[in-house]
Amino acid sequence: MSGDAPHVVIVGAGQAGLQAAETLRSAGFDGRVTLIGDEPHPPYQRPPLSKAWLTGGIDGGQLTLRDPGALARKDITLRTGARVVALDSAARQLHLSDGTRLGYTGLVLATGATPRTLPGSIAANGAVRVLRSRDDASAIAQSLQRCRDDGLPLVVIGGGFIGLEVAASARKLGIDVTILEAAPRLLERALPAELSAWYANLHRTRGADLVLGARIARIDGAADGRATVHLADGRTLHAGLVVAGIGVTPNDALARAAGIACDNGIIVDDCGRTSAPNITAAGDCTVRRLPDGGTVRLESVQNAIEQGRAAAHALLGEARPFAATPWFWSDQYDIKLQIAGLSRGADNRAVRGDMTDTSFSIFHYRGTQLIAVDSINSARDHMLSRQLIAAGISPTHAQIADLAFNLASLRPKAM
Amino acid sequence: MVQITFVEPSGNQIDIDVSDGWSLMQAAIANGVDGIVAECGGSCVCATCHVYVDPDRAGELPQPGEEELELLEEVKAERRPTSRLSCQIKATPALAGLKVAIPECQT
Ligand SMILES: Cc1cc2nc3c(=O)[nH]c(=O)nc-3n(C[C@H](O)[C@H](O)[C@H](O)COP(=O)(O)OP(=O)(O)OC[C@H]3O[C@@H](n4cnc5c(N)ncnc54)[C@H](O)[C@@H]3O)c2cc1C
Ligand code: FES
Repeated sequence: MSGDAPHVVIVGAGQAGLQAAETLRSAGFDGRVTLIGDEPHPPYQRPPLSKAWLTGGIDGGQLTLRDPGALARKDITLRTGARVVALDSAARQLHLSDGTRLGYTGLVLATGATPRTLPGSIAANGAVRVLRSRDDASAIAQSLQRCRDDGLPLVVIGGGFIGLEVAASARKLGIDVTILEAAPRLLERALPAELSAWYANLHRTRGADLVLGARIARIDGAADGRATVHLADGRTLHAGLVVAGIGVTPNDALARAAGIACDNGIIVDDCGRTSAPNITAAGDCTVRRLPDGGTVRLESVQNAIEQGRAAAHALLGEARPFAATPWFWSDQYDIKLQIAGLSRGADNRAVRGDMTDTSFSIFHYRGTQLIAVDSINSARDHMLSRQLIAAGISPTHAQIADLAFNLASLRPKAM
Repeated sequence: MVQITFVEPSGNQIDIDVSDGWSLMQAAIANGVDGIVAECGGSCVCATCHVYVDPDRAGELPQPGEEELELLEEVKAERRPTSRLSCQIKATPALAGLKVAIPECQT
């Protein structure tokens, strides 16, 4: 960072951007830190938006990750409602939507992701809602109230985590729900077939209608949010609200236009470094290059926090690779799923507990190596699994199956 | 509103007015109290919001539920009889003046 006074700018005031800003301070950086976000709100949590927020369990303030005052005390300048429209990496300048420019000596890109929408040929603009932001969630919560008051059903498109959480929240409110999933099973990318079947059964038992292998022909929307969904097999569904949860696209446009290497996300190494000097990236906008040449894209709070930390350290010239076992959770009804590790490439599995019950875990192995564990209502199995996977310790199938065997006895001893 | 005192790992004390019904975790993170990570945002699945409640008053709090007890087994810092997960403690007038200390590490 030559002549200019040190100034780190972070684009995106979400989970990853906030973490990067605070890590700069806790690591002792005493230059300027500016956190820029295009949403009107200070940094907030997204996970409750499909859960407690929709059922009215919490108020807006309870979503807050940091009040502006708390950031000011750390000498972090927060600019909300400000959008970065271009990045000039040669001049080390950002162009903002209000026409102003902002120079930086170090930059963190933490721009998150944008929900995919249905093609315009299927759904007219506005007929289908997506859920990413607090404002999206407020609009959905309002429509759900109307669905409840008027006795109108909700149609959810996409049987992924967000769609299923919205479905569960709506059922809790007593709203009729139909879930349309194009694949032959729910949560296909995240879970093994037996857990997909378990979740299908859960949603059906709680009164949701579930259509697998669904083909949507057309969705006609009305101005008040009501819509009619036409399926290819001729069925029609009238809905008070249609919500699509069909995945996200990483926000890598700024980086791509600036010539930074991207591949469905900003490519980063395990320290958050991009292909450009003095520019790091973190969170949902990234795709991580693995040592074996493969890539992994994670969308989780833990990933945003760990990468945010690494991206800040990397700008300060310290390599602090993100090494923790990846983990994720999803709450649907009274069921808590926690996933430890990445099950991609697993070739055998063992179950701890009884899958006809509401508390059990599935252990995934590649050969004899434990690589991932899916836990249902078993926080303890989950926490232990993260430690075992990180330490490369693999219980045998017999130990997994034997509930009398204490998994904690395998835990690596604290150093 | 009830006033709760948070003691950061450095020993620094911060008094925060917590709205009724908010968890101590929510108030702590919104105010930028050091040392509370709260990865799961209060879903009671991460054990990164661990605090030690003032020993003299620990008994005044509602007892931890089954999920919290299970997770308390897995906190990173030393588990003590006064260990609680701050996301599971809701502010009520009865807690006025409570002091909670945040351990050295959460992950
Ligand atoms: C409904 C929902 C439920 C979820 N549930 C879970 C869960 O249970 N568990 C879990 O682990 N994860 C969950 N997630 C995922 C988790 O919330 C994300 O992985 C996490 O928020 C990613 O953080 P981020 O900082 O990378 O992105 P974000 O939080 O999206 O922050 C990026 C910010 O940058 C802003 N931005 C983008 N471009 C610009 C620009 N050019 N200029 C200025 N600002 C810009 C965006 O508006 C946004 O505010 C959930 C997500 C959603 C939406
Ligand atoms: S915030 Fe995760 S257990 Fe309390």
